[in-house]
Amino acid sequence: MGIFDYFRSPKPKSASLAKERLQIIVARERAHRSGPDYLPALHREIVAVIRKYVQVNEDAVQMNLEREGDCEVLELNITLPEKE
Amino acid sequence: MARIVVITSGKGGVGKTTTAAALATGLAMQGRKTAVVDFDVGLRNLDLIMGCERRVVYDFVNVINGDANLRQALIKDKRTENLFILPASQTRDKDALTTEGVGRVLDEMSREFDFIVCDSPAGIEWGALMASYYADEAIVVTNPEVSSVRDSDRMLGILASKTKKAEQGEGAIEARLLLTRYSPARVEKGEMLSIEDVQDILSIDMIGVIPESQAVLNASNSGVPVVLDEESDAGQAYIDAVARFLGEERPHRFTTLQKKGFFGRLFGG
Repeated sequence: MGIFDYFRSPKPKSASLAKERLQIIVARERAHRSGPDYLPALHREIVAVIRKYVQVNEDAVQMNLEREGDCEVLELNITLPEKE
Repeated sequence: MARIVVITSGKGGVGKTTTAAALATGLAMQGRKTAVVDFDVGLRNLDLIMGCERRVVYDFVNVINGDANLRQALIKDKRTENLFILPASQTRDKDALTTEGVGRVLDEMSREFDFIVCDSPAGIEWGALMASYYADEAIVVTNPEVSSVRDSDRMLGILASKTKKAEQGEGAIEARLLLTRYSPARVEKGEMLSIEDVQDILSIDMIGVIPESQAVLNASNSGVPVVLDEESDAGQAYIDAVARFLGEERPHRFTTLQKKGFFGRLFGG
């Protein structure tokens, strides 16, 4: 290690990288677990219906189930490709 | 009625069997009549860690099938009073553990023991589900490493819904984390997830932190549960975990870097 390395901003430590990645994946998997069983199938079918008209990636259809008190809200976010 | 505790993790090789052996031995040392049961059908190993591999005559599946009774199958530990081992079967038959059969055997053991420690196989297949099904509480063994932490979260989700208590509407059983192979030096360098990191991610109580230690391999090499190596850091950390399991409050030890003093560094102590 050269003397100039002391003046560079330190590289992010691998442990903080691990923590960040884990927090994201764990949150996602927990949300998936707590959701109803039909969500993945519903997602697939909605993608299929949209694809009848527009070619979209699977990621273009984001589904989010949120609980607000007694009420459950299914939020659907579809990103259409830009027109050529 | 015995308290049934499952030692589980999802990921393999994190120290489930080491922990099951240490907890069971620790409880027996405290005068509690304890049985430790190997649920890893096909891959029996608890007997080796407990050092009783040459005394196995009958196993768990024999008892379930009525080929032997409990008294014949339970191996009485030679070192520690109050401690008995029920070895796993070597059969490759995956259906050997039935819900009814496991329940019947645990029920019979329940009348005689204070604690039953269930050593779960890795994974989330049938054997692991059976090991946790009748549990009153769980200890999830985790290494401070990404795949182990993720698998532990998965296992916590399963524990919350797939036990008998959960199915009967009694809610999720209590689950606590045991962090093993912890290296304070690497944590300090930012190379390893810290206790706080793991707790932030999983939001669960920590029953113990076992430092990375040569004592664990020494113990398994010689078939003596590491908790009996009372001089060692890992042995003492397990003794603390057992005390916490029995309701005592103890601070975690061996979790910070022991800075060597001037003379320590000079003589390489």
